[in-house]
Order: sequence, then structure tokens, then C-alpha cells
Amino acid sequence: MRHDHVITSKQLSRSDIETVLDRAAEIRDDPTAVADRHAGALLGLLFFEPSTRTKMSFETAMKRLGGDVVDMGSVESSSVKKGETLADTVRVIEGYADALVLRHPKQGAATMASEFVDVPLLNAGDGAGQHPTQTLLDLYTIRENAGLEDLTIGIMGDLKYGRTVHSLAYALSNFDAHQHFISPESLRLPREVVYDLHQEQERAQVREHESLEEILPSLDVLYVTRIQRERFPDETEYQKIAGEYQIGVDTLEAASDDLTVMHPLPRVDEIAPEVDETEHAAYFEQAHNGVPVRMALLDLLLGDEGGEDDE
Amino acid sequence: MSDDGDHKLRVSKIRSGTVIDHVPGGQALNVLAILGIDGSKGEEISVGMNVPSDRFARKDIVKVEGRELSQDEVDVLSLIAPDATINIVRDYDVIEKHRVERPDVVEGVLSCPNAGCISTGDEPVSSTFEVFDDAVRCSYCGTIVREEIASLIDT
Repeated sequence: MRHDHVITSKQLSRSDIETVLDRAAEIRDDPTAVADRHAGALLGLLFFEPSTRTKMSFETAMKRLGGDVVDMGSVESSSVKKGETLADTVRVIEGYADALVLRHPKQGAATMASEFVDVPLLNAGDGAGQHPTQTLLDLYTIRENAGLEDLTIGIMGDLKYGRTVHSLAYALSNFDAHQHFISPESLRLPREVVYDLHQEQERAQVREHESLEEILPSLDVLYVTRIQRERFPDETEYQKIAGEYQIGVDTLEAASDDLTVMHPLPRVDEIAPEVDETEHAAYFEQAHNGVPVRMALLDLLLGDEGGEDDE
Repeated sequence: MSDDGDHKLRVSKIRSGTVIDHVPGGQALNVLAILGIDGSKGEEISVGMNVPSDRFARKDIVKVEGRELSQDEVDVLSLIAPDATINIVRDYDVIEKHRVERPDVVEGVLSCPNAGCISTGDEPVSSTFEVFDDAVRCSYCGTIVREEIASLIDT
């Protein structure tokens, strides 16, 4: 894999993805082998929006590789509060770190920031745009549970603003996946994403639905995302719509026994807690996979400064 | 009545400069906006709007005295005036005549309609759009615009 930055899952080829996932599997099997591999290396964390899983798993990943992190902290306590541009912030912090992780509320922020830095920059979410490192751990989880070959997946919820959805859809177009998108009319996939997926028509097989019922029995994986309250003009409308896209144990009676249910988390009430106890639930495992996958990605991006790599 | 004869009645000839002809009716001011010409530098500009045309029912025509626009400068006009013709004039003679060509990318001309796009903020970057046959696409957030591209012109 040879990329200076990881900005969008569109830039990742099937071979890139498999390289990261294979490396993640090796690391998960023997994490001690890489424990000092990047000793002394520093990862800069720039989170302009709240994050728990992504930020903590990047921090854990870097520390488990022997490195450490420098954290910009909250926007409230940083120079951003004084009106500093993102371009200036990343140019300053690249002088402190060997790679940068950026989450920002504006779409395209990582693309723009990457124009100003030479160290590898990883997009950890840019508004309603992309979240490619989440996609890599999603793909890892899918590969472990259902396999990426001949996959039939349903992606449900807020498809319009859900950056994990956009990134996952692009990445899956590298594989022979049948992709079903289930959402209310108002939260369908953005036309830009549909356009891009149709550009990949030969490989991407894409269908849009308003109801899960008709396709649930055919699914190998159901990827659920949160429908956010603020996307709707009033509470009643939100309750009505969101209720139609909630998963309970009874919903899953119509599903295959092998169905894997995933969720990028945090969930609110779109997956009932009872589902956690079933064989279907893979979302906590999915969150845990963030560490080996991000370790693999950082290892590949930081190169062989550990002196043991054969690449 | 010939096309040229018709212009003479409304827009005077220029001595040296650029004549942008066959602009769709009503787009002349957008042409000037795209070119960043607003008269503030003292340029002598003549604009004919909605004049009868053989090719279109109505067309606009823009004449800029004392400035020869380059191909790169005028190609961006293809976004709103794909059939425009560019005449470079010296001493009242047309010495060069060419059409606008669709560029691959336009920079700093359009502003992204997505309020959530990084290019709409205070960052030190120019807006950049890829140009397709029937649309433009923001290079930062990926937003595709098919209709009313003229409304995105950054004035």
C-alpha cells in the first residue's frame, strides 16, 4: 500500500484494503510482535468534533505500536477558538507529529488539510463526507463474520448524512457485493454517492428500499446506522420514521440464522439491547476491531522505521 | 438583416480588445462576473442583451476594449455559454476567432452550494470544480451541480 494520506475510501483499491486487513489479522494474532515497532513515533490527534471510539482506538493503536499521541484537545481550548484556519492548524501540528488524524465538521476538510501537510493525514470523519478508517474496520468485521465474497448486505438508517455509510458503499464496490440501501425517502443516499456507485456499475450492485422487510431474509449482513433527531422538523415525525427502522429480536426472526448485525455506534434505540445477546450481534466486536485495523494502517503509513518490515 | 448589421445598431465597434459573441440571452452580466470584469479598473465595456440572432432567438454580446482575453480565461465561459465565440480585435480587424472549450477543472470561479463544504469557509483555498459534460463537481466535498451553474458564480 502506498498512500501518503487516507482521505476517502474511494482511493482504496481492493488490494489496498486486503493489505490492511491481512496486516490487522497478523497483529491481532500476535500483538507483542509490534509492541515496540514505532517507539518514539508521535501521532497528532486533531478532533474538531466529539469522538469516543475513533479517538480512543487511534490512541490505543499508536500506543500498542510503541508510539504516543499529542492531542490538540477540544476546540474550546485551542487556537481554533481564536479564529485560526484549519490550514494553519495542521501546518503547525505536522511539525510536532509523524502522522495526523483529523476529524472536522466540514465536508472536504481532510482533502483540503492534506494539501498543506507532508506527513500522512488520516481522515477520521469530515462532516457528512467520509470515514475511511471506520470502513476498514467494518470490512474487517464483515470478512471475519460473513466473508467479503458474494456478500449481500443491507445498509439501513441515515444514508444521507451517514459518512460511515458513504465510505463503506464505495469500498464494497471493490468486491462483488450486492448492496441494499434501506432508508426513509428523506434520508436516501446522496445523489453524488449513487452517481459514483453507478460509475462502478460492473462491480457495484445497488438497490434502494424504504422497507427492510422485503430483503431481510436474503441478507448476510445488516449494517444499521442511527437516524438523528435533528434531521427532522418535529419530534412526532422523528418518532414515526425512526420507529420504522428499529431492530428487535422479533424483527430478526425473518432473518437468516447467519445474519451479522453491525452498527458503527453509538446507538440510541435503533437496536434493542436484547439483540446484544443473540448470535447476530457483532457491533461490539466491530468497535474492538478498530484497534488492530488502525494499528495495521498506522504501521503501513509510518513505514519501516521500526526496522523489521520487509517492505 | 444580417447578424452583424444588427449589432452595429446597438453596440459600437471596438478598436482593440475582445468581443464575446453568441452568449445565451440574459447571461452577459454572468460572463463579466466569471471573467472578474466589473468596470472598476476603468475598462471600456459594451454589453448588448437579448439582441436578435440568427443562431439563437436572442443572444447577448460583450465587448471589452483594450484587453485580449486568453483561451484559458474564456474557456470557463463554456459553463454558461458553451456556444460563445471569441473574437480578438486589433485596429478594428478581427485577427483571431475561436470557440470556448470545456476545461477539465475551474478554480476560484464558482462557489460550492453545500454550506457544509470546507471551501465555503475562511480557509486559504480557491474553490475547485471538476467539469463534466453536463455538470460540475466540487473537488472538496464532491457535490454535483447540474442545473443553474450560473447561480454559483463567485462574484
